[in-house]
Amino acid sequence: MASLRCFLRSGKNAVTAVLRREFHGTPPAAVQYIGVTVRDALNQAMDEELERDERVFLLGEEVAQYDGAYKVSRGLWKKYGDKRIIDTPITEMGFAGIAVGAAMAGLRPICEFMTFNFSMQAIDQVINSAAKTYYMSAGLQSVPIVFRGPNGSSAGVAAQHSQCFAAWYGHCPGLKVVSPWSAEDARGLLKSAIRDDNPVVFLENELMYGVPFEMSEEVQSKDFLIPIGKAKIERQGNHITLVSHSRMISLCLDAAAVLAKEGIECEVINMRTIRPLDAEAIETSIMKTNHLVTVEGGWPQFGIGAEILARIMEGPAFNYLDAPAVRVTGVDIPMPYAKNLEDNSIPQIKDIIFSVKKTLNV
Amino acid sequence: MRKMLTIISNILRGSASRNGARVVVSARTYADFTPQATFDIKKCDLHKLEEGPPLQAVLSREEGLQYYRTMQTMRRMELKADQLYKQKIIRGFCHLYDGQEACAVGIEAGINLSDHLITAYRAHGYTLTRGGTVREIMAELTGRRGGIAKGKGGSMHMYTKHFYGGNGIVGAQVPLGAGVALACKYLGKNELCVCLYGDGAANQGQIFETYNMASLWKLPCIFICENNKYGMGTSVERAAASTDYYKRGDFIPGLRVDGMDVLCVREATKLAAEHCRSGKGPILMELQTYRYHGHSMSDPGVSYRTRDEIQEVRSKSDPISMLKDRMLSNNMASVEELKEIDVEVRKEIEDAAQFATTDPEPPLDDLCNHIFYNDPPMEVRGTNPWTKLKSVS
Repeated sequence: MASLRCFLRSGKNAVTAVLRREFHGTPPAAVQYIGVTVRDALNQAMDEELERDERVFLLGEEVAQYDGAYKVSRGLWKKYGDKRIIDTPITEMGFAGIAVGAAMAGLRPICEFMTFNFSMQAIDQVINSAAKTYYMSAGLQSVPIVFRGPNGSSAGVAAQHSQCFAAWYGHCPGLKVVSPWSAEDARGLLKSAIRDDNPVVFLENELMYGVPFEMSEEVQSKDFLIPIGKAKIERQGNHITLVSHSRMISLCLDAAAVLAKEGIECEVINMRTIRPLDAEAIETSIMKTNHLVTVEGGWPQFGIGAEILARIMEGPAFNYLDAPAVRVTGVDIPMPYAKNLEDNSIPQIKDIIFSVKKTLNV
Repeated sequence: MRKMLTIISNILRGSASRNGARVVVSARTYADFTPQATFDIKKCDLHKLEEGPPLQAVLSREEGLQYYRTMQTMRRMELKADQLYKQKIIRGFCHLYDGQEACAVGIEAGINLSDHLITAYRAHGYTLTRGGTVREIMAELTGRRGGIAKGKGGSMHMYTKHFYGGNGIVGAQVPLGAGVALACKYLGKNELCVCLYGDGAANQGQIFETYNMASLWKLPCIFICENNKYGMGTSVERAAASTDYYKRGDFIPGLRVDGMDVLCVREATKLAAEHCRSGKGPILMELQTYRYHGHSMSDPGVSYRTRDEIQEVRSKSDPISMLKDRMLSNNMASVEELKEIDVEVRKEIEDAAQFATTDPEPPLDDLCNHIFYNDPPMEVRGTNPWTKLKSVS
């Protein structure tokens, strides 16, 4: 199976990313690979699910006639019309509540937040109306809804538009929280999310939308699903485990490539799902490498890395650690605007390399 | 023949009260009750509506008895809950509905069970009209496994088919209700959603967001403001710049209804339902009603209003008394018959309370269940890392 590396120049426009392929052995002769951007993967996944199940519909700001603020829903309104692709007014609390009510009454809505920053206006509906209802009703009322949209930092959009919500939503029982990295992730996880009978928060990343990935035939099939709750090992390694999600996976792989030249082999785990967290995959890896560094774009306090480290402390893998596990995170500040400040507010490849070497004491 | 049967039934009734045995006076065919009568009902104030409900309502004997029974059941159920709360058998929040019975019963009389309904936390009455039993409602209040939500929801989180609770966050149920209405329209089954909120909630921003979208998309949604004059301890004058709640929908047609008269509520609901089903979009009803209890069991309800006011409403506008007087004065039922219903209702409540106090609490195994629907079993972390609890759908 070909191993794929995607090189991203950190902090730059993702559209200029270059794709390089390395083969370990010869791939099977008839395998058809195509390059698909994350955006197109999301678009195709929604298109296929809209076609497959009439109860699925999409609502959000600019999703219909504008083709999506980030063009993720391009072409869908033209194909499916007003009934199934609905432009909403700029009223998050209202339309998120409407989406949840529709889910309660038998439909399968995809509720788009233009960014997850705006989901804060509607967070009561996500948590109190969607997440908790199946439990409160002791199984009488399910809520099959997907909340999706870009999450985390972008480029130059400053403090109010750059927050990562993985930790906030990951905190709440009753929600599934998913954070894809690649086009394959986006496709398989979105399909699973839409088919899931429970509320799923689907955290995309704006800077990843334009990044192309190779997609095998298998991944292109209409029923390709990635199970929610299972992490993926993107790169095998023996010396240290890097755990991350979303865009930071690209940085981890870049850092791993640099470190490999110095003989340090990193195992990069793509969480894919924030909640339920695949602690087992991380533990298995630590039992092999004996070292852990988590990498995330969000703030450090009470964050994704904090949870992973706590679980490792409490679980069987602790005894296998040869050094304290550490977190690489965004800087604990609101996101500044100026480019140099912004670049220094989120993890860079050098920060990952530095933390790996410190952990390995080299 | 009729006269003879009347005499016989009178004799039987007489002997029954002496012996204490119950005589069922089913009375439909052979007693000389009026089968139906027409009553004047109050005119509704209208907003952007050409015509209001009719000024008269026809009530059949059957309907009357049914409304009476349901309202009385609701009343006694709430009073029993009051008792159990004071005995500390019900805990937490308990928001009682007594005084407002005509709203729940009148609304249900104007729609079908196949329609949908959602309300806020003062929900016991609606749980009943939407198909819940007194037993399972009371057992939910006392937190037992026989409760309608297996004891996991409590007073504010009860659900039945086409009834979406029971919602604790003020105002949040309104967008939910419009979402249900959207599903009704989408699925094309000619169903509608009744979406209730109180005078306190009526100032919530998300309600105005919902008015906008419901109107834009012509959702079959009946918004109903149950105006009981107080949002917790704050009177409507102190909370709202405009207390004409039926006009607050602005571009949505509205009507203000006497919420203490079950017939007025029913006729208004029928009009509203017709409006929705004909594809005209949402409509708004303000029901002027009153709650005898305070906001919840922790509110005595007399610090912000006088006992005189409460007493006045009880004596002049009680919904159950109003219906009873109408039926008796039109010979639609007998005093004994209604008393018998009272006795049956009391028994039902007693049995339910008995069940609710003796049914065991939910098993601890159930603690982590019902997190996800249609999912394989999973593990849930307990209070410490060594405790792994099982969760099934």
